[in-house]
Amino acid sequence: MKPGATVYLYELAWILPSIAIPVGMLAALLVTAFGAGLHVPSVAGRIDPSKVTETAPFDQPGVVQTGPVSYEVRMIGQIWAFTPNEIRVPVGSTVTFVATSKDVIHGLFIPGANVNVMLIPGQISRVTARFDRAGEFFMACHEYCGIAHHTMGGKVIVEPRS
Amino acid sequence: MSLELASDPEKRITGAHMLVANLALLGGIVTGLLQGLEHAGVEFPASEYFLRSYYHSVSMHGVLNVLVWTTFFIAGFLPFISARAYAMPLASPRLGWLTFWLMLAGLLIAAVPLAGDAATVMFTFYAPLRAHWAFYIGLTLVVVGTWLITLRLGLSHRAWRAGHPGARTPLAAFMSLVTMTMWTLASVGLAASMLFLLIPWSLGLVAGTDPLLARTLFWLTGHPIVYFWLLPAYVSWYTLVPRQAGGRLFSDPMARASFLLFLILSSPLGLHHQVTDPGIHEGWKLFQAFLTFAVFFPSLLTFFNVVASLEGAGRARGGKGLAAWFFRLPWGDPSLAAQLLAMLTFCAGGIGGLINASYNVNLVVHNTAYVVGHFHTTVGTAVTLTYMGISYWLVPHLAGRALWSRGMALAQAWMWFIGMLIFSTTLHELGLRGMPRRTMISQASYFQPEWSALLPWVGVGGTLLFVSGSLYLLNLLLTLTVSRAPAPAVPEFAISAGPAEDGPAILNRLRPWVVTAVIFLVIAYGPTLARLVATSRLNAPGFRVW
Repeated sequence: MKPGATVYLYELAWILPSIAIPVGMLAALLVTAFGAGLHVPSVAGRIDPSKVTETAPFDQPGVVQTGPVSYEVRMIGQIWAFTPNEIRVPVGSTVTFVATSKDVIHGLFIPGANVNVMLIPGQISRVTARFDRAGEFFMACHEYCGIAHHTMGGKVIVEPRS
Repeated sequence: MSLELASDPEKRITGAHMLVANLALLGGIVTGLLQGLEHAGVEFPASEYFLRSYYHSVSMHGVLNVLVWTTFFIAGFLPFISARAYAMPLASPRLGWLTFWLMLAGLLIAAVPLAGDAATVMFTFYAPLRAHWAFYIGLTLVVVGTWLITLRLGLSHRAWRAGHPGARTPLAAFMSLVTMTMWTLASVGLAASMLFLLIPWSLGLVAGTDPLLARTLFWLTGHPIVYFWLLPAYVSWYTLVPRQAGGRLFSDPMARASFLLFLILSSPLGLHHQVTDPGIHEGWKLFQAFLTFAVFFPSLLTFFNVVASLEGAGRARGGKGLAAWFFRLPWGDPSLAAQLLAMLTFCAGGIGGLINASYNVNLVVHNTAYVVGHFHTTVGTAVTLTYMGISYWLVPHLAGRALWSRGMALAQAWMWFIGMLIFSTTLHELGLRGMPRRTMISQASYFQPEWSALLPWVGVGGTLLFVSGSLYLLNLLLTLTVSRAPAPAVPEFAISAGPAEDGPAILNRLRPWVVTAVIFLVIAYGPTLARLVATSRLNAPGFRVW
């Protein structure tokens, strides 16, 4: 084989997988997003950031049961606390977090539960997670929000069904 | 005793930029050490006179390392390497000096509030955290300065073409111009955010701002900025490293093609930093995730081309086997060793980047220590260790004196590599265990016992990186002050294995690619930005909560 042809084969042998890898990864995430329903936050409405505590549903923050196994958590992020900061739901619950911030940007992060969303003043965040394992999950603000950022946390307690 | 610097205006301009870059790096590694030790359980030494808080330190660390060290290095290196590639002086040294003084003035204006704890808003300065107005104005002047670099490279390119009609632009000069063109186009997001949102708001001219709009404009620039840092390292990997290793560049047209792909694909994908943001449709996030995978392609082309060049060099030196040739490369050259180690680290960094950008997988890692581990392998090593490797020939050349110690430089490069391996691996793992980034973690109210065993390694890695960075700076300082031997020759440009003229003519043109880049940007960002602007109310007041 001519040297030029060998080089061409090497190039091809590299380029084809270089295309196949990203395309394969794209296929994988399309399957998980639309087949398994693993979505990311999307548009859920705006809010006046200086009127959060007067605007429904944030005028009454807390946990509300919305179905036999589903709950809605109406949550406010502010320096340096979540309201509510302790959430109790029975195991197997589907929990929708509807949240916003009344001052700077915060983050709502619950490791192990696929809850990872920014709380941005002026925007409403809405994410849903299922808690299939009983136990305690910690919540953390994971966006720098000022001098006591590291104290902004909470927990989700998933209780066994009696 | 007089430095050789005086002989050539371009060398003096480059030297001035390098001085600022390395001073910034000094601040960057000191703050980095303190933060690493904080994670390891050492109390953060907050003081009224130096760093007021852990977060003050993190803000300084980010600005000094990723904004100042990188930008000033690039502003020195790209014009220098372009002048060498054209084999002629660049247009208007006066414009070169104007650029330097403008960028330095901007830096100093921003540095006053930053050092005084009035801009403890991180290098991402997310509104409605509100810094002192001087911080935003100073950074904006630095960005304007970078546009002048583009202008100067453009003028030089035109002058060169007038004397070389029909000839192919020398590779290093072409790559430098593409890099600066990409950056100038991408920086419109940041410029718009500064001019229309943050500066009027910080001056009190408007009462409120739109945090999501500001953030989206920031990331429109904030992802391509990583290519602005990375592509100058690629310039070295493509045009100098093959020759330093004793080989030739495998393919010149493939190198040009990869840079042109970076020009069109670097910008329309910043939304992958905002996967977890509300207020942006998930469809656009998915679309930009796809484009992020697409920009992986020119990086894979680079990997292939550079490794093929190195393989040629290794085999020419008697290397054999599938991979054994790698060890036959001239590892005793600190400039080359640093850059080879940077490349090795970047293999992990590139793959990690794909994971981060993978849409719903981002839910696991977003804003965790995993991301910190990631960008210390990319900008913190692929870029920084390459810049250090370049400095090992560039600074001696500028000073006209040999590097003070090659042995110390080699030890430094390896120490950075090993330190980063420890530091970054640990942070990746901590991130997967739910540890947030940018947090004074020893004091966290939700501290998890399972983090305890790993956190000391953040301190170990951070300490190694600090020592390594100090050795690098010390070596340069001693080169300038103590070294007496004359500087060795500057690395020559690598010759292409195949003739450059083989490549299609379109690979030597810029305009069609710039037009394509604009179209991509408008498609990827147009609808989202139009909706955000149309629904914006500018009603979020600012906060100083540090």
